[in-house]
Amino acid sequence: MERTTIDLWFGAFVAAGFAALLVLSLKVGNLGAERSGDSYRVEARFDNIGGLKVRAPVRSAGVTVGRVADIHFDNARYQADVTLAIDKRYSFPKDTSASILTSGLLGENYVGLEAGGDDHKLKAGDRIAITQSAVVLERLIGQFLFSKAQEEPAAANGKLPQPPGAPK
Amino acid sequence: MPTTCGFAQETRVLERVRRSVASLGHRVIDGIWRTGTVARFFVRLLASSGPSFQRFGLVMREVYFTGVLSLVIIIVSGLFIGMVLGLQGYETLQKYGSTEAIGVLVALSLVRELGPVVTGLLFASRAGSAITAEIGLMKVTEQLSAMDMMAVSPMSRVIAPRFWAGVISMPLLAALFSCMGVFGGYIIAVVIIGVDNGVFWSQMQASVDFRYDVLNGVVKSFVFGIAVAVIATFEGYDAPPTAEGVSRATTRTVVNSALTILALDLILTSLMLRGGT
Repeated sequence: MERTTIDLWFGAFVAAGFAALLVLSLKVGNLGAERSGDSYRVEARFDNIGGLKVRAPVRSAGVTVGRVADIHFDNARYQADVTLAIDKRYSFPKDTSASILTSGLLGENYVGLEAGGDDHKLKAGDRIAITQSAVVLERLIGQFLFSKAQEEPAAANGKLPQPPGAPK
Repeated sequence: MPTTCGFAQETRVLERVRRSVASLGHRVIDGIWRTGTVARFFVRLLASSGPSFQRFGLVMREVYFTGVLSLVIIIVSGLFIGMVLGLQGYETLQKYGSTEAIGVLVALSLVRELGPVVTGLLFASRAGSAITAEIGLMKVTEQLSAMDMMAVSPMSRVIAPRFWAGVISMPLLAALFSCMGVFGGYIIAVVIIGVDNGVFWSQMQASVDFRYDVLNGVVKSFVFGIAVAVIATFEGYDAPPTAEGVSRATTRTVVNSALTILALDLILTSLMLRGGT
């Protein structure tokens, strides 16, 4: 009689523990929702990926459509080679553009896809041709200061060199 | 006259210094000695834990006492800690206008750190101290010696089941703790403060990785379970057979378990986070 109650408690305890583990992995860790089996991989080259990390989301129109599968440095072109794993349910035109964006002020970096107008769709192994790099804050501030200095010749004496990316 | 008096005082001071240095050295040597004894005890424990799997009922009984009876404190404290995390995190994240990251904050801090560590500390003080007191009292009342007389190994009959019960209970309790904590954070953030439900979960799911976060948390709680169970059973087995000895052993279980958990946590975290992401 004693034994059966203990058995019941033991079973209930272990079941509750494993249920908690399951909730943690499925609901919190989101395991299973992103198997690489039902996705296709496309590549994109970026001049600068900023703080992009592997497993960062790939979004189009704000909806997560895939994940960053791999990032490595292409030593022949001195560019970052980013592999995107996109969910099989979504297909994009061949002239889709990819840009590295930031969600919110302190948010994570993600890859944003902007669909183009091509009739042909992106297939596995294709390369996204039009890419836009991450915005690096220091460079942005530098450009801003240079353009400010150009606006006021009195302050700049008209001798400051024009940065290559500064708006005319 | 004054010179001799000064001399006597000097010797006294020197004697005091000598004694404190000696006691310090004694403590260090004693600690090293104890570590060795614990290692030997652990090996003996593993060697004689075969019967506790042949008679699994013994382990199940101990899981009931150490695990099931700790459920209330684990669930309640998990809920409260999750709620506090939700409140504090909201307060801080609000300043940066990114309150939707509250789910990430609550889930990551619980799954990675607070779940295993706080569960380990609670487990050491709730179940570890009970194990030590029980085994110590068995030793005081000479039940362990009596078992030895009857050719029943107290190691495999009393100590190994308690050890394995601790090792089984800890990861399950830690998972329950984290789960309740996330639920507590959900209650505060979504139900009371009014963060969007979908954003709360989707941000959490985007940032919590199964292998890096959830599995590492389970590994941590497993290691802490082994540490607490070894310390609790050893202190009980090693307790001087007096009332004072048992009380001291119980205190040592809680203190040593807490220190060991925190030290192991630092080591494990540095090993796990070395790869980045």
